[in-house]
Amino acid sequence: MKRALGTAAALVGAGVAIRRLKSRASGSGTEPNRWLVVTVNCPPERLREIPAPLVGLADHVEIRTAPAPGGKGTELAARLRETDATGTLKRLTGDDPRQRVRRALREAKSLVETGEVMKPDAPPTVRDTPGGKLVGLATRRAGGEGRL
Amino acid sequence: MKALCWEGVNKLAVEDVPEPELRNDQDVIAKVTAGTTCGSDLHLIGGYIPAMRAGDVIGHEFIGEVVETGPAVRRHRVGDRVVVSSFVGCGRCWYCANDLWSLCDNSNTNPGITQAMWGYEPGTVFGYSHAATGLRGSHAEYVRVPFADYGAFTIPEGVDDDSALFVSDSAPTGWMGADLGGVRPGDVVAVWGCGAVGQMAARAAMLLGAERVISIDRFPERLAMTREHIGSETIDYTETDVGAELRERTGGRGPDVCIEAVGMEAHSPGPEYAYDQVKQQLRLQTDRPTAVREAIYACRKAGSVFVLGVFGGVVDKFPLGAVMNKGLTLRGAQMHGQRYIPMLLERVAKGELSTRHLATHEVSLDDAPHAYDMFKNKKDDCVRAVIRPDGART
Repeated sequence: MKRALGTAAALVGAGVAIRRLKSRASGSGTEPNRWLVVTVNCPPERLREIPAPLVGLADHVEIRTAPAPGGKGTELAARLRETDATGTLKRLTGDDPRQRVRRALREAKSLVETGEVMKPDAPPTVRDTPGGKLVGLATRRAGGEGRL
Repeated sequence: MKALCWEGVNKLAVEDVPEPELRNDQDVIAKVTAGTTCGSDLHLIGGYIPAMRAGDVIGHEFIGEVVETGPAVRRHRVGDRVVVSSFVGCGRCWYCANDLWSLCDNSNTNPGITQAMWGYEPGTVFGYSHAATGLRGSHAEYVRVPFADYGAFTIPEGVDDDSALFVSDSAPTGWMGADLGGVRPGDVVAVWGCGAVGQMAARAAMLLGAERVISIDRFPERLAMTREHIGSETIDYTETDVGAELRERTGGRGPDVCIEAVGMEAHSPGPEYAYDQVKQQLRLQTDRPTAVREAIYACRKAGSVFVLGVFGGVVDKFPLGAVMNKGLTLRGAQMHGQRYIPMLLERVAKGELSTRHLATHEVSLDDAPHAYDMFKNKKDDCVRAVIRPDGART
Protein backbone atom coordinates (compact mmCIF):
# COMPACT_ATOMS: atom_id res chain seq x y z
CA MET A 1 0.00 0.00 0.00
CA LYS A 2 2.78 2.34 1.00
CA ARG A 3 4.59 1.49 -2.22
CA ALA A 4 1.39 2.05 -4.25
CA LEU A 5 0.81 5.41 -2.59
CA GLY A 6 4.44 6.33 -3.21
CA THR A 7 4.12 5.35 -6.86
CA ALA A 8 0.90 7.33 -7.23
CA ALA A 9 2.49 10.35 -5.58
CA ALA A 10 5.48 10.05 -7.87
CA LEU A 11 3.22 9.82 -10.92
CA VAL A 12 1.19 12.83 -9.81
CA GLY A 13 4.43 14.74 -9.13
CA ALA A 14 5.79 13.78 -12.52
CA GLY A 15 2.54 14.86 -14.16
CA VAL A 16 2.67 18.24 -12.46
CA ALA A 17 6.33 18.66 -13.43
CA ILE A 18 5.60 17.74 -17.05
CA ARG A 19 2.67 20.16 -17.17
CA ARG A 20 4.89 22.91 -15.75
CA LEU A 21 7.64 22.11 -18.22
CA LYS A 22 5.16 22.11 -21.11
CA SER A 23 3.74 25.36 -19.88
CA ARG A 24 7.20 26.92 -19.64
CA ALA A 25 8.23 25.55 -23.03
CA SER A 26 5.13 26.96 -24.65
CA GLY A 27 6.03 30.41 -23.30
CA SER A 28 4.00 33.56 -23.23
CA GLY A 29 1.53 34.03 -26.04
CA THR A 30 1.63 30.50 -27.38
CA GLU A 31 -1.43 29.19 -25.58
CA PRO A 32 -4.06 29.34 -28.30
CA ASN A 33 -6.68 31.29 -26.36
CA ARG A 34 -4.38 33.75 -24.63
CA TRP A 35 -5.02 37.46 -25.17
CA LEU A 36 -2.26 39.11 -27.20
CA VAL A 37 -1.81 42.71 -26.07
CA VAL A 38 -0.02 45.90 -27.02
CA THR A 39 -0.17 49.21 -25.17
CA VAL A 40 -0.85 52.16 -27.44
CA ASN A 41 0.34 55.58 -26.31
CA CYS A 42 -3.03 57.28 -26.74
CA PRO A 43 -6.24 57.88 -24.77
CA PRO A 44 -8.95 55.17 -24.98
CA GLU A 45 -11.13 57.38 -27.23
CA ARG A 46 -8.63 57.00 -30.05
CA LEU A 47 -9.31 53.27 -30.10
CA ARG A 48 -13.13 53.41 -30.20
CA GLU A 49 -12.91 52.33 -33.83
CA ILE A 50 -10.94 49.20 -34.64
CA PRO A 51 -7.62 50.26 -36.20
CA ALA A 52 -7.28 49.31 -39.87
CA PRO A 53 -4.79 46.44 -39.52
CA LEU A 54 -7.23 44.59 -37.23
CA VAL A 55 -10.34 45.17 -39.36
CA GLY A 56 -9.55 42.28 -41.68
CA LEU A 57 -9.29 39.94 -38.69
CA ALA A 58 -12.44 41.17 -36.97
CA ASP A 59 -14.44 38.00 -37.75
CA HIS A 60 -11.72 35.83 -36.31
CA VAL A 61 -10.73 37.66 -33.12
CA GLU A 62 -12.27 39.20 -30.06
CA ILE A 63 -10.94 42.68 -29.36
CA ARG A 64 -10.98 44.65 -26.12
CA THR A 65 -9.39 47.83 -24.86
CA ALA A 66 -8.62 49.13 -21.38
CA PRO A 67 -6.82 52.17 -19.97
CA ALA A 68 -3.25 51.30 -19.01
CA PRO A 69 -2.24 52.11 -15.43
CA GLY A 70 -0.11 55.15 -14.73
CA GLY A 71 -1.10 57.06 -17.83
CA LYS A 72 0.80 54.69 -20.08
CA GLY A 73 -1.88 54.78 -22.76
CA THR A 74 -4.48 52.21 -23.76
CA GLU A 75 -4.15 48.45 -23.78
CA LEU A 76 -5.33 46.94 -27.06
CA ALA A 77 -5.91 43.20 -26.87
CA ALA A 78 -7.02 40.56 -29.35
CA ARG A 79 -7.53 36.82 -29.18
CA LEU A 80 -8.61 34.19 -31.65
CA ARG A 81 -12.20 32.92 -31.52
CA GLU A 82 -11.16 29.57 -33.04
CA THR A 83 -7.86 28.01 -32.11
CA ASP A 84 -7.98 24.84 -34.24
CA ALA A 85 -5.55 26.19 -36.84
CA THR A 86 -2.79 27.00 -34.35
CA GLY A 87 0.20 24.86 -33.47
CA THR A 88 3.97 24.60 -33.38
CA LEU A 89 4.25 23.25 -36.94
CA LYS A 90 2.05 26.01 -38.32
CA ARG A 91 4.11 28.50 -36.37
CA LEU A 92 7.29 27.21 -38.01
CA THR A 93 5.76 27.40 -41.48
CA GLY A 94 4.37 30.87 -40.83
CA ASP A 95 0.74 29.73 -41.02
CA ASP A 96 -0.27 30.12 -37.39
CA PRO A 97 -3.08 32.70 -37.24
CA ARG A 98 -1.66 34.11 -34.00
CA GLN A 99 1.24 35.43 -36.10
CA ARG A 100 -1.24 37.50 -38.11
CA VAL A 101 -2.81 38.77 -34.91
CA ARG A 102 0.55 39.81 -33.44
CA ARG A 103 1.54 41.55 -36.65
CA ALA A 104 -1.83 43.32 -36.88
CA LEU A 105 -1.61 44.51 -33.26
CA ARG A 106 1.90 45.90 -33.80
CA GLU A 107 0.88 47.62 -37.01
CA ALA A 108 -2.25 49.03 -35.38
CA LYS A 109 -0.19 50.47 -32.53
CA SER A 110 2.33 52.06 -34.91
CA LEU A 111 -0.39 53.49 -37.17
CA VAL A 112 -2.27 55.06 -34.27
CA GLU A 113 0.89 56.41 -32.63
CA THR A 114 2.88 57.59 -35.66
CA GLY A 115 0.57 57.53 -38.67
CA GLU A 116 2.64 54.89 -40.46
CA VAL A 117 4.19 51.46 -40.17
CA MET A 118 7.92 51.63 -40.72
CA LYS A 119 9.09 49.44 -43.58
CA PRO A 120 12.53 47.84 -43.81
CA ASP A 121 14.89 48.80 -46.61
CA ALA A 122 14.39 46.93 -49.84
CA PRO A 123 15.74 44.68 -51.13
CA PRO A 124 16.85 43.18 -47.80
CA THR A 125 20.12 41.93 -49.29
CA VAL A 126 22.09 42.11 -52.50
CA ARG A 127 23.38 38.55 -52.38
CA ASP A 128 21.89 35.43 -50.89
CA THR A 129 24.04 32.93 -49.04
CA PRO A 130 22.86 29.85 -47.10
CA GLY A 131 23.32 31.72 -43.82
CA GLY A 132 21.59 34.77 -45.24
CA LYS A 133 18.62 32.66 -46.33
CA LEU A 134 18.22 31.43 -42.76
CA VAL A 135 18.28 35.02 -41.49
CA GLY A 136 15.76 35.91 -44.19
CA LEU A 137 13.46 33.13 -43.01
CA ALA A 138 13.73 34.41 -39.44
CA THR A 139 13.00 38.00 -40.44
CA ARG A 140 9.97 37.01 -42.49
CA ARG A 141 8.52 35.44 -39.34
CA ALA A 142 9.78 38.07 -36.90
CA GLY A 143 6.96 40.58 -37.39
CA GLY A 144 4.43 37.99 -36.26
CA GLU A 145 6.53 36.32 -33.62
CA GLY A 146 7.84 37.24 -30.20
CA ARG A 147 6.38 37.54 -26.75
CA LEU A 148 3.32 39.66 -27.32
CA MET B 1 26.05 53.45 -55.35
CA LYS B 2 29.13 52.39 -53.39
CA ALA B 3 28.80 51.09 -49.85
CA LEU B 4 30.90 49.26 -47.27
CA CYS B 5 29.38 45.80 -46.83
CA TRP B 6 29.79 42.99 -44.34
CA GLU B 7 30.67 39.90 -46.35
CA GLY B 8 31.16 37.38 -43.56
CA VAL B 9 33.11 37.09 -40.32
CA ASN B 10 36.08 39.48 -40.53
CA LYS B 11 35.37 40.22 -44.20
CA LEU B 12 34.46 43.70 -45.43
CA ALA B 13 34.29 44.95 -49.02
CA VAL B 14 33.13 48.02 -50.91
CA GLU B 15 30.29 46.97 -53.21
CA ASP B 16 27.73 48.41 -55.56
CA VAL B 17 24.31 48.34 -53.88
CA PRO B 18 20.96 49.84 -54.89
CA GLU B 19 20.44 53.48 -53.90
CA PRO B 20 18.01 53.90 -51.02
CA GLU B 21 14.47 55.04 -51.71
CA LEU B 22 11.77 56.68 -49.63
CA ARG B 23 9.87 53.77 -48.09
CA ASN B 24 7.68 55.79 -45.71
CA ASP B 25 6.24 59.28 -45.83
CA GLN B 26 8.32 60.37 -42.82
CA ASP B 27 11.65 59.33 -44.39
CA VAL B 28 14.37 61.48 -45.81
CA ILE B 29 17.25 60.42 -48.02
CA ALA B 30 20.58 61.91 -46.97
CA LYS B 31 23.78 62.17 -48.95
CA VAL B 32 26.38 60.97 -46.46
CA THR B 33 29.20 63.50 -46.11
CA ALA B 34 31.10 61.70 -43.33
CA GLY B 35 30.82 58.64 -41.15
CA THR B 36 33.11 57.06 -38.61
CA THR B 37 34.24 53.67 -37.46
CA CYS B 38 32.79 52.63 -34.08
CA GLY B 39 33.89 49.97 -31.64
CA SER B 40 30.46 48.36 -31.72
CA ASP B 41 30.93 47.70 -35.46
CA LEU B 42 33.80 45.40 -34.51
CA HIS B 43 31.33 43.07 -32.78
CA LEU B 44 29.39 42.77 -36.05
CA ILE B 45 32.53 42.31 -38.11
CA GLY B 46 33.84 39.65 -35.72
CA GLY B 47 30.64 37.64 -35.91
CA TYR B 48 29.48 38.24 -32.33
CA ILE B 49 26.16 39.82 -33.34
CA PRO B 50 23.67 37.42 -34.95
CA ALA B 51 21.41 37.99 -37.95
CA MET B 52 23.88 39.56 -40.39
CA ARG B 53 23.58 38.80 -44.10
CA ALA B 54 26.37 39.01 -46.67
CA GLY B 55 26.00 42.35 -48.39
CA ASP B 56 24.66 44.24 -45.37
CA VAL B 57 25.80 47.87 -45.33
CA ILE B 58 27.37 48.79 -41.98
CA GLY B 59 27.93 52.17 -40.27
CA HIS B 60 25.73 54.12 -37.88
CA GLU B 61 27.54 57.33 -36.83
CA PHE B 62 27.27 59.96 -39.56
CA ILE B 63 26.37 63.37 -40.88
CA GLY B 64 24.91 64.22 -44.26
CA GLU B 65 22.91 66.52 -46.45
CA VAL B 66 19.18 66.02 -47.04
CA VAL B 67 18.59 65.35 -50.74
CA GLU B 68 14.99 64.06 -50.70
CA THR B 69 12.12 64.32 -48.21
CA GLY B 70 8.98 62.25 -47.80
CA PRO B 71 5.63 64.08 -48.02
CA ALA B 72 5.07 63.95 -44.24
CA VAL B 73 8.46 65.41 -43.26
CA ARG B 74 7.96 68.80 -41.59
CA ARG B 75 11.25 69.79 -39.98
CA HIS B 76 13.69 69.26 -42.84
CA ARG B 77 14.22 70.52 -46.35
CA VAL B 78 16.48 69.52 -49.19
CA GLY B 79 19.91 70.97 -48.51
CA ASP B 80 19.78 70.76 -44.71
CA ARG B 81 23.11 69.77 -43.16
CA VAL B 82 22.17 67.18 -40.56
CA VAL B 83 23.63 65.00 -37.87
CA VAL B 84 21.60 61.81 -37.44
CA SER B 85 21.06 59.81 -34.26
CA SER B 86 22.37 56.28 -34.70
CA PHE B 87 19.18 54.92 -33.09
CA VAL B 88 15.87 55.43 -34.85
CA GLY B 89 12.96 56.63 -32.72
CA CYS B 90 9.39 57.23 -33.85
CA GLY B 91 8.98 60.11 -31.40
CA ARG B 92 5.47 59.17 -30.27
CA CYS B 93 5.46 55.80 -28.53
CA TRP B 94 5.61 55.83 -24.72
CA TYR B 95 9.38 55.23 -24.69
CA CYS B 96 10.21 58.03 -27.14
CA ALA B 97 7.78 60.33 -25.34
CA ASN B 98 9.71 59.60 -22.14
CA ASP B 99 13.11 60.30 -23.74
CA LEU B 100 14.09 56.62 -23.85
CA TRP B 101 14.61 56.73 -27.60
CA SER B 102 16.70 53.61 -28.13
CA LEU B 103 13.77 51.62 -26.76
CA CYS B 104 11.32 52.84 -29.41
CA ASP B 105 8.36 50.51 -29.87
CA ASN B 106 7.81 51.26 -33.55
CA SER B 107 11.18 51.23 -35.30
CA ASN B 108 12.16 47.57 -35.16
CA THR B 109 10.42 45.69 -37.96
CA ASN B 110 11.75 42.33 -36.73
CA PRO B 111 10.75 42.44 -33.05
CA GLY B 112 10.38 38.68 -32.74
CA ILE B 113 14.15 38.14 -32.88
CA THR B 114 15.22 40.39 -30.02
CA GLN B 115 12.10 39.60 -28.01
CA ALA B 116 13.25 35.99 -28.07
CA MET B 117 16.77 37.04 -27.01
CA TRP B 118 15.99 39.68 -24.39
CA GLY B 119 12.31 39.54 -23.54
CA TYR B 120 11.44 42.83 -25.23
CA GLU B 121 12.87 44.45 -28.32
CA PRO B 122 14.86 47.69 -28.38
CA GLY B 123 14.51 50.09 -31.29
CA THR B 124 16.47 50.11 -34.51
CA VAL B 125 19.99 51.28 -35.24
CA PHE B 126 21.49 51.92 -38.65
CA GLY B 127 23.59 49.12 -40.10
CA TYR B 128 23.38 46.79 -37.15
CA SER B 129 21.99 43.43 -38.29
CA HIS B 130 18.56 42.14 -39.16
CA ALA B 131 17.82 41.65 -35.48
CA ALA B 132 17.52 45.44 -35.58
CA THR B 133 15.45 45.61 -38.79
CA GLY B 134 18.40 45.32 -41.20
CA LEU B 135 18.23 49.04 -41.88
CA ARG B 136 21.12 49.85 -44.21
CA GLY B 137 24.09 51.54 -42.65
CA SER B 138 25.72 54.87 -43.34
CA HIS B 139 29.05 53.85 -44.84
CA ALA B 140 27.52 54.52 -48.24
CA GLU B 141 26.96 57.43 -50.59
CA TYR B 142 23.32 57.74 -49.53
CA VAL B 143 21.22 56.52 -46.64
CA ARG B 144 17.51 56.43 -45.84
CA VAL B 145 16.56 58.04 -42.50
CA PRO B 146 13.17 56.89 -41.15
CA PHE B 147 11.21 59.17 -38.79
CA ALA B 148 13.59 61.93 -39.89
CA ASP B 149 11.76 64.75 -38.10
CA TYR B 150 12.82 63.11 -34.84
CA GLY B 151 16.22 61.56 -35.64
CA ALA B 152 17.92 64.11 -37.92
CA PHE B 153 19.12 67.41 -36.45
CA THR B 154 20.16 70.45 -38.43
CA ILE B 155 23.77 71.31 -37.63
CA PRO B 156 24.10 74.92 -36.42
CA GLU B 157 26.20 77.30 -38.50
CA GLY B 158 28.92 77.54 -35.88
CA VAL B 159 29.57 73.79 -35.74
CA ASP B 160 31.89 72.26 -38.33
CA ASP B 161 31.36 68.82 -39.86
CA ASP B 162 34.23 67.16 -38.03
CA SER B 163 32.84 68.21 -34.65
CA ALA B 164 29.22 67.42 -35.50
CA LEU B 165 30.04 63.90 -36.69
CA PHE B 166 30.68 62.57 -33.20
CA VAL B 167 27.43 64.07 -31.91
CA SER B 168 25.66 61.34 -33.91
CA ASP B 169 26.61 58.59 -31.46
CA SER B 170 29.84 58.80 -29.41
CA ALA B 171 29.04 62.02 -27.57
CA PRO B 172 25.41 61.21 -26.67
CA THR B 173 26.39 57.68 -25.64
CA GLY B 174 29.08 59.00 -23.32
CA TRP B 175 26.80 61.73 -21.98
CA MET B 176 24.09 59.20 -21.25
CA GLY B 177 26.51 57.08 -19.19
CA ALA B 178 27.32 60.01 -16.94
CA ASP B 179 23.76 61.36 -16.85
CA LEU B 180 21.88 58.10 -16.22
CA GLY B 181 24.77 56.83 -14.11
CA GLY B 182 23.75 59.62 -11.76
CA VAL B 183 26.94 61.71 -11.69
CA ARG B 184 26.53 64.58 -9.22
CA PRO B 185 28.71 67.53 -8.23
CA GLY B 186 31.63 66.39 -6.13
CA ASP B 187 31.61 62.79 -7.33
CA VAL B 188 34.63 60.72 -8.20
CA VAL B 189 33.95 58.93 -11.48
CA ALA B 190 35.91 56.07 -13.05
CA VAL B 191 35.53 55.32 -16.75
CA TRP B 192 36.70 52.04 -18.25
CA GLY B 193 37.81 52.60 -21.87
CA CYS B 194 39.52 55.57 -23.53
CA GLY B 195 37.95 55.17 -26.95
CA ALA B 196 35.68 57.90 -28.26
CA VAL B 197 32.72 56.88 -26.09
CA GLY B 198 34.82 56.56 -22.94
CA GLN B 199 36.39 59.96 -23.56
CA MET B 200 32.98 61.53 -24.07
CA ALA B 201 31.70 59.89 -20.88
CA ALA B 202 34.64 61.31 -18.95
CA ARG B 203 34.06 64.81 -20.34
CA ALA B 204 30.34 64.55 -19.60
CA ALA B 205 31.08 63.56 -16.01
CA MET B 206 33.21 66.68 -15.64
CA LEU B 207 30.56 68.93 -17.15
CA LEU B 208 28.01 67.41 -14.77
CA GLY B 209 30.17 68.44 -11.83
CA ALA B 210 32.38 65.45 -11.01
CA GLU B 211 35.32 66.55 -8.90
CA ARG B 212 37.68 63.86 -10.17
CA VAL B 213 37.46 61.65 -13.25
CA ILE B 214 39.78 58.68 -13.72
CA SER B 215 39.96 56.96 -17.12
CA ILE B 216 41.28 53.41 -17.56
CA ASP B 217 42.78 51.80 -20.68
CA ARG B 218 45.95 50.06 -21.86
CA PHE B 219 46.92 51.97 -25.01
CA PRO B 220 49.43 54.76 -24.25
CA GLU B 221 48.22 56.95 -27.12
CA ARG B 222 44.60 56.79 -25.94
CA LEU B 223 45.56 57.45 -22.35
CA ALA B 224 47.65 60.44 -23.47
CA MET B 225 44.81 61.75 -25.67
CA THR B 226 42.38 61.48 -22.77
CA ARG B 227 44.69 63.40 -20.45
CA GLU B 228 45.38 66.07 -23.05
CA HIS B 229 41.94 66.64 -24.58
CA ILE B 230 39.57 65.56 -21.82
CA GLY B 231 41.61 66.44 -18.79
CA SER B 232 40.93 63.32 -16.73
CA GLU B 233 43.45 61.34 -14.72
CA THR B 234 44.39 57.99 -16.23
CA ILE B 235 45.32 54.44 -15.22
CA ASP B 236 47.12 51.97 -17.51
CA TYR B 237 45.59 48.69 -16.41
CA THR B 238 48.53 46.67 -17.70
CA GLU B 239 50.86 48.39 -15.26
CA THR B 240 48.95 48.31 -12.01
CA ASP B 241 46.16 46.72 -10.01
CA VAL B 242 43.19 48.88 -11.02
CA GLY B 243 41.15 48.13 -7.89
CA ALA B 244 44.05 48.97 -5.55
CA GLU B 245 44.89 52.10 -7.53
CA LEU B 246 41.28 53.31 -7.39
CA ARG B 247 41.07 52.63 -3.64
CA GLU B 248 44.26 54.60 -3.09
CA ARG B 249 43.08 57.53 -5.21
CA THR B 250 39.64 57.65 -3.59
CA GLY B 251 40.58 57.55 0.08
CA GLY B 252 39.66 53.87 0.29
CA ARG B 253 36.03 54.51 -0.64
CA GLY B 254 35.99 53.59 -4.35
CA PRO B 255 34.49 55.69 -7.15
CA ASP B 256 30.96 57.00 -6.66
CA VAL B 257 30.06 56.24 -10.28
CA CYS B 258 31.71 53.63 -12.52
CA ILE B 259 31.08 53.83 -16.26
CA GLU B 260 31.97 50.85 -18.42
CA ALA B 261 32.68 51.86 -22.04
CA VAL B 262 34.38 48.71 -23.30
CA GLY B 263 31.84 46.08 -24.27
CA MET B 264 31.79 42.41 -25.14
CA GLU B 265 35.39 42.05 -26.36
CA ALA B 266 37.19 43.31 -23.28
CA HIS B 267 40.86 42.53 -22.64
CA SER B 268 42.68 41.95 -19.38
CA PRO B 269 46.23 41.03 -18.38
CA GLY B 270 44.95 38.47 -15.86
CA PRO B 271 44.03 34.78 -16.19
CA GLU B 272 40.33 35.66 -16.47
CA TYR B 273 41.04 36.90 -20.01
CA ALA B 274 41.99 33.40 -21.18
CA TYR B 275 38.99 31.96 -19.32
CA ASP B 276 36.57 34.42 -20.93
CA GLN B 277 38.11 33.99 -24.39
CA VAL B 278 37.73 30.21 -24.27
CA LYS B 279 34.15 30.41 -23.08
CA GLN B 280 33.27 33.04 -25.68
CA GLN B 281 34.89 31.18 -28.57
CA LEU B 282 33.08 27.98 -27.54
CA ARG B 283 29.88 30.06 -27.35
CA LEU B 284 29.43 29.05 -23.72
CA GLN B 285 29.09 32.77 -23.12
CA THR B 286 28.45 35.43 -25.71
CA ASP B 287 30.42 38.27 -24.13
CA ARG B 288 33.63 38.95 -22.21
CA PRO B 289 32.51 41.10 -19.28
CA THR B 290 35.95 41.78 -17.76
CA ALA B 291 35.51 45.53 -17.40
CA VAL B 292 31.98 45.22 -16.00
CA ARG B 293 33.18 42.81 -13.32
CA GLU B 294 36.03 45.14 -12.41
CA ALA B 295 33.71 48.15 -12.26
CA ILE B 296 31.32 46.32 -9.94
CA TYR B 297 34.12 45.30 -7.58
CA ALA B 298 35.74 48.76 -7.65
CA CYS B 299 32.58 50.79 -7.10
CA ARG B 300 32.00 52.22 -3.65
CA LYS B 301 29.19 50.87 -1.47
CA ALA B 302 25.81 52.18 -2.65
CA GLY B 303 27.49 53.55 -5.77
CA SER B 304 26.36 53.35 -9.36
CA VAL B 305 27.63 51.27 -12.29
CA PHE B 306 26.56 52.13 -15.81
CA VAL B 307 27.11 49.70 -18.70
CA LEU B 308 27.69 51.64 -21.93
CA GLY B 309 29.62 48.95 -23.80
CA VAL B 310 27.60 46.75 -26.13
CA PHE B 311 26.75 43.25 -24.91
CA GLY B 312 24.77 40.64 -26.80
CA GLY B 313 23.67 37.86 -24.52
CA VAL B 314 24.86 35.98 -21.47
CA VAL B 315 28.05 36.05 -19.40
CA ASP B 316 29.71 33.85 -16.81
CA LYS B 317 31.05 34.71 -13.34
CA PHE B 318 28.91 37.79 -13.02
CA PRO B 319 29.38 39.23 -9.49
CA LEU B 320 25.72 39.48 -8.59
CA GLY B 321 26.60 39.10 -4.91
CA ALA B 322 28.65 42.29 -5.03
CA VAL B 323 25.79 44.15 -6.71
CA MET B 324 23.34 43.06 -4.03
CA ASN B 325 25.49 43.15 -0.90
CA LYS B 326 27.13 46.49 -1.71
CA GLY B 327 23.78 48.05 -2.53
CA LEU B 328 24.84 49.07 -6.03
CA THR B 329 22.66 50.60 -8.70
CA LEU B 330 23.40 48.81 -11.98
CA ARG B 331 22.06 50.30 -15.17
CA GLY B 332 22.71 50.16 -18.89
CA ALA B 333 21.24 51.30 -22.18
CA GLN B 334 21.77 51.78 -25.84
CA MET B 335 22.00 55.48 -26.46
CA HIS B 336 19.03 57.83 -26.37
CA GLY B 337 20.55 60.16 -28.94
CA GLN B 338 17.53 62.37 -29.57
CA ARG B 339 17.47 63.24 -25.85
CA TYR B 340 20.96 64.72 -25.91
CA ILE B 341 21.92 65.77 -29.45
CA PRO B 342 20.45 69.32 -29.43
CA MET B 343 22.11 70.09 -26.08
CA LEU B 344 25.40 68.58 -27.25
CA LEU B 345 25.40 70.63 -30.47
CA GLU B 346 24.97 73.74 -28.32
CA ARG B 347 27.85 72.72 -26.07
CA VAL B 348 30.07 72.04 -29.10
CA ALA B 349 29.15 75.47 -30.51
CA LYS B 350 30.03 77.10 -27.18
CA GLY B 351 33.36 75.28 -27.00
CA GLU B 352 32.43 73.27 -23.89
CA LEU B 353 32.76 69.94 -25.65
CA SER B 354 35.55 69.09 -28.07
CA THR B 355 35.20 66.10 -30.38
CA ARG B 356 37.45 66.83 -33.37
CA HIS B 357 40.52 65.27 -31.81
CA LEU B 358 38.84 61.85 -31.96
CA ALA B 359 39.27 61.77 -35.75
CA THR B 360 42.82 60.48 -35.96
CA HIS B 361 42.48 59.21 -39.54
CA GLU B 362 40.50 60.05 -42.64
CA VAL B 363 39.85 57.79 -45.63
CA SER B 364 37.66 57.57 -48.71
CA LEU B 365 34.87 55.01 -48.89
CA ASP B 366 37.07 52.87 -51.15
CA ASP B 367 39.58 52.61 -48.32
CA ALA B 368 37.00 51.85 -45.62
CA PRO B 369 38.04 48.18 -45.20
CA HIS B 370 41.58 49.39 -44.54
CA ALA B 371 40.22 51.92 -42.04
CA TYR B 372 38.49 49.16 -40.08
CA ASP B 373 41.70 47.12 -40.11
CA MET B 374 43.59 50.08 -38.64
CA PHE B 375 40.82 50.77 -36.14
CA LYS B 376 40.41 47.18 -35.00
CA ASN B 377 44.11 46.51 -34.61
CA LYS B 378 44.92 50.00 -33.22
CA LYS B 379 47.45 50.51 -36.02
CA ASP B 380 49.08 53.90 -36.35
CA ASP B 381 47.46 54.93 -33.03
CA CYS B 382 44.02 54.95 -34.68
CA VAL B 383 41.23 56.09 -32.34
CA ARG B 384 38.59 56.83 -34.96
CA ALA B 385 38.79 56.78 -38.76
CA VAL B 386 36.48 59.18 -40.58
CA ILE B 387 35.12 57.77 -43.82
CA ARG B 388 34.18 60.29 -46.51
CA PRO B 389 32.18 58.95 -49.48
CA ASP B 390 33.34 61.97 -51.50
CA GLY B 391 36.96 61.13 -50.84
CA ALA B 392 39.43 61.92 -48.07
CA ARG B 393 40.65 65.52 -47.90
CA THR B 394 44.20 64.57 -47.02
